[in-house]
Amino acid sequence: MERVPILKIGDVLLVSIQVDLEDQSVVALQEDLAERISSTGAHGVVIDISAVEIVDSFIGRMFATIASISRLFDADTVVVGMRPAVAITLVELGLTLGEVRTALDLEKGLAVLRRLGADREVRIEVDEDDEPVQAFS
Amino acid sequence: MTSPAGERKELPIRRDDDVVRVRQLVRSYAQQAKLSLVDQTKLVTATSELARNTLTYGGGGVADVEIVADTRRRGVRASFIDEGPGIADVELAFTDGWTSGKGLGLGLSGARRLVDEFNLTTEVGRGTTVTVTKWGR
Repeated sequence: MERVPILKIGDVLLVSIQVDLEDQSVVALQEDLAERISSTGAHGVVIDISAVEIVDSFIGRMFATIASISRLFDADTVVVGMRPAVAITLVELGLTLGEVRTALDLEKGLAVLRRLGADREVRIEVDEDDEPVQAFS
Repeated sequence: MTSPAGERKELPIRRDDDVVRVRQLVRSYAQQAKLSLVDQTKLVTATSELARNTLTYGGGGVADVEIVADTRRRGVRASFIDEGPGIADVELAFTDGWTSGKGLGLGLSGARRLVDEFNLTTEVGRGTTVTVTKWGR
């Protein structure tokens, strides 16, 4: 069984799927990612699928599951690099990917995470302020 | 109908990685039949769903894949044959979102949308055969 490597860059975990994954490997990736988000406290996950030739309902569901799991650890997931033929097929298959964020490429995906991270910091500042009313005056 | 290309192969579907092999065979035939990239992607995605169905619900079986031709065009036909429990309510099985198992319920209905021809025969207690064809434009 192939195991997909998970790279950590700053507080982002990067997964680049380079091979045709069997279902077991997809499940393993899901579990490995949950483990790594929890152990590293990463705030973002980028899944690069630019080398992926097909996304069927099984792998599509994995994206949605990872997005949901990462949210439980206060992390955001962005799927990047989807091929046009894959996008067309997904829509016809009926898979909407629900709340999974997507970006055109890795660079834009990281920008999405930075933006979400900035929102998070603002949120934290407000939360930690002893006098939140004054903070806005 | 026999194919002028004469390409035909039967693969077992017994394990997860057999599904990957089916995908790869279908892609290779789809390229040989000169299907467009989008059509290749649709067909491979559909057969991935059907091969997984054969494994998960049919208890395993075989995939019979061939390059077909009529007077104007070439295409790829793939049959998924199992001797599993069969499908008691075919109409229900085609309902988007309905699943008897752990899937998303998009396998059959989604696969049907992705191909040009779709044929399903099933008998309770005897098994299920699904045959799909995608033609070049």
